[in-house]
Amino acid sequence: MLTWRRLHVKASAVHGLLTSRLVTEQHTWVHGHLPLCQSLSTGTPVRNDFFKDLEAQFAAARQKAADAMPGSSWSPIEINPNLPPERADIVIVGGGVVGWSIAYWLKQKERVRGALKVVVLEKDPTYAQASTVLSAGGIRQQFSLPENIHLSLASADFMRNINDYLGVLDEEPIDLQFNHSGYLFLASEDVAHIMEENYSTQRDAGAKVSLLSPTQLKEKFPWINTDGVVLASYGLENEGWFDPWTLLNAFRRKAMSMGVVQCCGEVTDFKYSVNRAMTTEGKSLDIRRIKSVKVQMPNSLEYQPVECAIVVNAAGAFSSKLAQILRVGSGAKNTFEGISLPVEPRKRFVYVFHCPDGPGLDTPFLVDYSGVYFRREGLGGNYITGASPEEEKEPDPGNLEVDHEFFMEKIWPNLAHRIPAFEKLKVRVETLSSSLVVFNLSGAADLKTKV
Amino acid sequence: MSAHLMSLHRCCQRSARLLVAGRPWSSSSVSSPPLHTRLLLFLTQRFYDVEMLLRWRSQQGQRRVQKKNAYYSYTQHFHGADIAAAFYVLSLKGGFRYVGQSDWFHTDKRGQFNWNFLNHKDTPLEEVDMSCSLISYSGLENLVGQQSLRTLSLQGCPEVDDWFLARLHVFQDSLEELDISHCPRITTGGLAALRNLKGLRRLDMSSLPGLSNPGLVIILLEEMLPQCQIIASGYDLSLSQEGIEERNEQHEQGHESDKSEKQAIY
Repeated sequence: MLTWRRLHVKASAVHGLLTSRLVTEQHTWVHGHLPLCQSLSTGTPVRNDFFKDLEAQFAAARQKAADAMPGSSWSPIEINPNLPPERADIVIVGGGVVGWSIAYWLKQKERVRGALKVVVLEKDPTYAQASTVLSAGGIRQQFSLPENIHLSLASADFMRNINDYLGVLDEEPIDLQFNHSGYLFLASEDVAHIMEENYSTQRDAGAKVSLLSPTQLKEKFPWINTDGVVLASYGLENEGWFDPWTLLNAFRRKAMSMGVVQCCGEVTDFKYSVNRAMTTEGKSLDIRRIKSVKVQMPNSLEYQPVECAIVVNAAGAFSSKLAQILRVGSGAKNTFEGISLPVEPRKRFVYVFHCPDGPGLDTPFLVDYSGVYFRREGLGGNYITGASPEEEKEPDPGNLEVDHEFFMEKIWPNLAHRIPAFEKLKVRVETLSSSLVVFNLSGAADLKTKV
Repeated sequence: MSAHLMSLHRCCQRSARLLVAGRPWSSSSVSSPPLHTRLLLFLTQRFYDVEMLLRWRSQQGQRRVQKKNAYYSYTQHFHGADIAAAFYVLSLKGGFRYVGQSDWFHTDKRGQFNWNFLNHKDTPLEEVDMSCSLISYSGLENLVGQQSLRTLSLQGCPEVDDWFLARLHVFQDSLEELDISHCPRITTGGLAALRNLKGLRRLDMSSLPGLSNPGLVIILLEEMLPQCQIIASGYDLSLSQEGIEERNEQHEQGHESDKSEKQAIY
């Protein structure tokens, strides 16, 4: 009987029955005896041990009494506090900036306080492979589609008034570290007409952009080599870059203050109900409706099925994997059910280098017509650079290994040609990073640079 | 009874911990806020009503600023854009001077001004003094059409931030003197936007509390605006020996933590 109780004590760490606590006291008392037998020669340490044990026992007794009172959170059944709730209205899969933004706006739009139960699931709380934190953090209005321009202007408005939207009472105001340096796009002969068309679209939509000739460009930015540049487009306002991690945390803090539940786990399966209906042509159609998702805890076999009404897929680069789990696209070809989610992950490299004689505080986010871009990072002469690889030579998105050869062959020559000061630079190898970008197969929209 | 006391005790501990770890009180370096503020905070964490009242109060402050900076469309419609801009400046307790005139029109502390400015129709403004006023980004809409604005003084304006500076590009050809000293919300990112002010000859950026590396920023600004005279007083630019040693230590610690982080990720 006593041995069973001792085993029980070893299993339960904090919560325990009254009897097992008595056993722990006996346990320590037994242990307390042993040093007494061993160290009779020294006098005082034995007394200290005794008093320390006594204090520990008093603390344990106080804790036991507090737990026994009504209103304490003790329960005889051990519940893992990290599990998501059993029932939720909306489950958002993905804890990046998009997922938390959706959670915030859902809570903002609920009519009655506490009417909507929203759970955000993030499988990696360190965000080691998340696109949000590894991105360059730029925002621009220089797009070709008016919808993108309007979205971007609305985002800039949001960021300008971010403390009105995401300010929490009694917390520090949010500082996004927004650098208002603008984007500078360079065009060669063959793409100059596209740039002019885009300029008129952007102006009509309300973006503050200006076109520069090579002489004006040289006058404004003397460190640029205007060889081969026929036209340049410079954003005057609402363009620049900021810290995406701060934005993510601002959204998260505000959403959690409004009652969104954050949970660390991965969606591995789901349960659904099927309704069979007849179309007007007489064919039968299976309408599937999600009933619950199975959330797997990290590094554990534990899982929790979360009953929900709506599942939002905000998993970024891993959204196609989630869609496969949810069996989107598993129907017959040429039917609606056969269309899979047209999003796939693509790997992009970002290199940080240091150049002491480089351009100064006014460096815009420069995008060359060869596809190479760079921007200033901080005030110490560091710059961030990268390039979109050609279609055929896309790197494998399976891992996040950085390819140094890509920098030496594709980026550095173009960079040094455009900015002669960058012929002498030093790549900071310890800060290389690669990130997975959400690549929309239909329109090649690079979500990394649009927030 | 004892349960109630226990829960109250736990609540006191929790609130004390929250206060200790709470926000630093705006820009002052006082260790703990005054008693009535702490009491209000404690009540906010316990009662929804108090939280709602405090939120209404802060929203009222924001609405006041927005109302002051509204677009003066009626004045524009009846008197023209220049008179509207002049009226806006006077309503925000600022002062201005017309092109070709030598006397200024000011508002005194009680908000009263001379209505003679209505006599000068269609005269653009040349110098505007908005020190310590509530001008903000949306208020700049009233001044956007002033293509002959040469001097703009924004000393000590609490609502002038980086986005405001970025919008100053509308005066890129004409603006020659700009005074943004003592504005608490300006940071380095906004100063980079001053690139567009081609005609700027004099910039006063003294005592900006939002700048983290004032010495370096001043040097970079001087490189960025070579024809501009930059006045930057009120910063501690001393290179004392202890300061350099501290900074070196922090730099090394930063490097080590960077390396260990990267090793952990890769």
